[in-house]
Amino acid sequence: MTKWDITNWTSRDDAMVEEAIRHGVSRRDLLKMLVAGGVGLAAGGSIITRASAAVASTPKRGGSVTAAGWSASTADTLNPVMSSLSTDYVRCAALYNRLTFLDEHGKIQMELAESIDSKDAKTWTVKLRKGVTFHSGKTLTADDVIYTLKLNKQKSAKAHSLAKQMERFKKIDDRTFQIILANPNADLPVILSLVHFFIVQDGTTDFSKGNGTGAFVLKEFKPGVRSVMDRNPNYWKENQPYLDSFEFIAISDNSARVNALLTNQIQLAGSINALSKRRLEKEKAIKLLISNSGDYTDLIARLDMSPGDKAGFVTGLKYLINRDVIRHAVMRDLAVVANDQPIPPNDRYYNKNLAPKPYDPDKAKHYFKKAGVLGQSIPIVASPAATSSVDMALVLQQAGDSIGMPFKVKRVPSAGYWSNYWLKGPIDFGNINPRPTPDILFSLFYASDAPWNESHFKSEKFDKMLVQARGMLDQNKRKEIYDEMQVMVSEHAGTVIPVWIANMDAMSTKLKGLRPNPLGGLMGYSFAEYVWLDS
Amino acid sequence: MSGTMARLVLFRLGVMLVSLVIVAFAVFFATEMLPGNVVEILLGQSATPQAVAALRHAMHLDQPAFVQFLHWLAGLLSGNLGHSYVNNISVSTLIGERLANSLRLAAITTVVSVPISLALGITSAIFRGSLYDRIVSVVSISVVSVPEFLVATTAVLIFAVQLQWLPALSLTNNVHGWFGQLKIYAMPVMTLSFVISAQMIRMTRAAVIDTLNTPYCEMALLKGSSRRRVVLRHALPNALGPIANAVALSLSYLIGGVIIVETIFDYPGMAKLMVDAVSTRDIPLIQSCAMIFAITYLLLVTIADLMIIVSNPRLRK
Repeated sequence: MTKWDITNWTSRDDAMVEEAIRHGVSRRDLLKMLVAGGVGLAAGGSIITRASAAVASTPKRGGSVTAAGWSASTADTLNPVMSSLSTDYVRCAALYNRLTFLDEHGKIQMELAESIDSKDAKTWTVKLRKGVTFHSGKTLTADDVIYTLKLNKQKSAKAHSLAKQMERFKKIDDRTFQIILANPNADLPVILSLVHFFIVQDGTTDFSKGNGTGAFVLKEFKPGVRSVMDRNPNYWKENQPYLDSFEFIAISDNSARVNALLTNQIQLAGSINALSKRRLEKEKAIKLLISNSGDYTDLIARLDMSPGDKAGFVTGLKYLINRDVIRHAVMRDLAVVANDQPIPPNDRYYNKNLAPKPYDPDKAKHYFKKAGVLGQSIPIVASPAATSSVDMALVLQQAGDSIGMPFKVKRVPSAGYWSNYWLKGPIDFGNINPRPTPDILFSLFYASDAPWNESHFKSEKFDKMLVQARGMLDQNKRKEIYDEMQVMVSEHAGTVIPVWIANMDAMSTKLKGLRPNPLGGLMGYSFAEYVWLDS
Repeated sequence: MSGTMARLVLFRLGVMLVSLVIVAFAVFFATEMLPGNVVEILLGQSATPQAVAALRHAMHLDQPAFVQFLHWLAGLLSGNLGHSYVNNISVSTLIGERLANSLRLAAITTVVSVPISLALGITSAIFRGSLYDRIVSVVSISVVSVPEFLVATTAVLIFAVQLQWLPALSLTNNVHGWFGQLKIYAMPVMTLSFVISAQMIRMTRAAVIDTLNTPYCEMALLKGSSRRRVVLRHALPNALGPIANAVALSLSYLIGGVIIVETIFDYPGMAKLMVDAVSTRDIPLIQSCAMIFAITYLLLVTIADLMIIVSNPRLRK
């Protein structure tokens, strides 16, 4: 034991300090922060030195890692176009590459594309990187990419609704081609970074070989059991990947995943339940990676049904829902307080000036009185199908009781929830998975004619702004529009979004190189080529 | 073997075949009635009525159910289990290794638990009413009363996480040598033995006690036979029938019913495969799994019945 031993210092705090250093916080500021948090000066110094070492250490080659995801079935596939589970995404990310990649700050990075440009957001010219080869030995050309994009346009493809806007493709030379969209869309580079747009070789119909340009070459693949991959010696990224081999299995049971990690049978476990957090924080050999993403559960009040149609009712709900209690008690700190609109804080278009509404029962009471519903018993439908919605409803119910606003929580089973209760109103819960761009989120959930417009929010001005921003290449102007749209949704839509739900992965402290990513846990599923083992 | 016995054996085998056909019929039509539609699941959001109809036709799902049944039965008899709807791999490939895993786990559990159970059952029958008998009874009943997920999880926490003697998962690959095998099978086999032993112990004890109470055993005892001789020569052969039945029932559970153990130890066996198949509505896979479970069950019960026939001295001439 060293003399600076701090009893309640956890691996998560280490990760926080490392994160701060990565973002350029000075040693002096860090010390100030630590001392303010009750850490002694000497101890603080050691912590920072340790964290700096962790950030500065250079990747090492070699070793083998076994990682475990949480879902697997015989439906596992190596066909990126048809993949639908997190485990498929991890395997595909190790075997294939995309044209672009969304980095930890939500910025677009080029992968197989050298550049993607457009003057009018309608005709996009893609230039491919030179000297990239498939595992089969074939050199990557425009034909391969066009073939893949066409596969995604098939009706049965998972990303069909996104890919169908790519109307035509025009090959210019072996390394250059054009994508012509039906309507201008400035988000095309982001769409191309999604997990369904991994590039396969031209003419591939049997995907079981996993023949991509990716960092690993497939050695063994058994659906629902495991897959083993070896380092691709001809990989186009210099020095990467660092591991000699990589094995991916799935352990569906949360505690089995934790136990396997504790016994070092696996080095990385994806998506760990919040209940295991304290247990893992006690372990010196385990660290946690918390990824904030755009996943959220929202309370929905239909604006075209009573009581949501009464002015003030929804605003009352927004003041009555105790976001801090939900973050801390319901989500066990694995969440970030949200501001009633769907664009997550790590998105470049997030409106930083839009503060979440505080918990203010008096104000809520005022609004409920204005709406003329105070004292009426109002039912809320919640279900385990929408993550944590039952607990959220109970938090709201308790707050309501304190101001004489009785809510009745109606708990319904998971089976059939999405078809029988969601969108049916008048008050229920939804659960929305992360979507990569504001345009997709607004088009799916807030445009007047959106199929999943949860609260039936209707605004002509909003619809116009949506189309206008979609084709806009000027990022600053676009951000202004999106900022205003976020305010509109936050103020006027009938959806209450209390928190962003985070994802937690756990790993051995020997495993380095993993960063949070806005596309989801496990570094947006693509950790395999970035991680290395420290001896 | 006498004529009577041969007739009985043949009759019993005939019953088994008839049962199999009935089971096949039931399995096929039960899966037909499963809610949810594989075509709609495969097509997802793009399931337009035309696309659904076209795919149904391509998969021969638009034929009358009975015609489909005959096709399937013919395939089954010729060893062709069909292709998985979900990933187009042949069902026999998907099942192959999983079945081997399940059989291996079942075999090891059998080898461990059956001799122990029989020995405990018989000895506690011999020393009926003694302290030993009561301890065996209490322990076996309390072990069977604890749910297997609790046994398995506790075992993992103690032997894998705390003591670090055994691996937490029973991954079948990368295991070398006899000792490695022993390590990965130790906890699953222990858990399963706990579950199935109690019934065998209780049934064996009851069956042996029953025969010990018969006049011929009393007679043997009065004639001065040793206790051991009475039990082994006179009582046990007559108790064999019920014991065999108890063992068969316990063992049939080991192939299809071990989903909890497979999940906790991440052991790739048949039970998990079937649960997967149900959740993806992969009908050919469900049917094949169900048939394998049914055949295992029928085989074990038939073997038990045959043992009763063969061990009955009255049928020998």
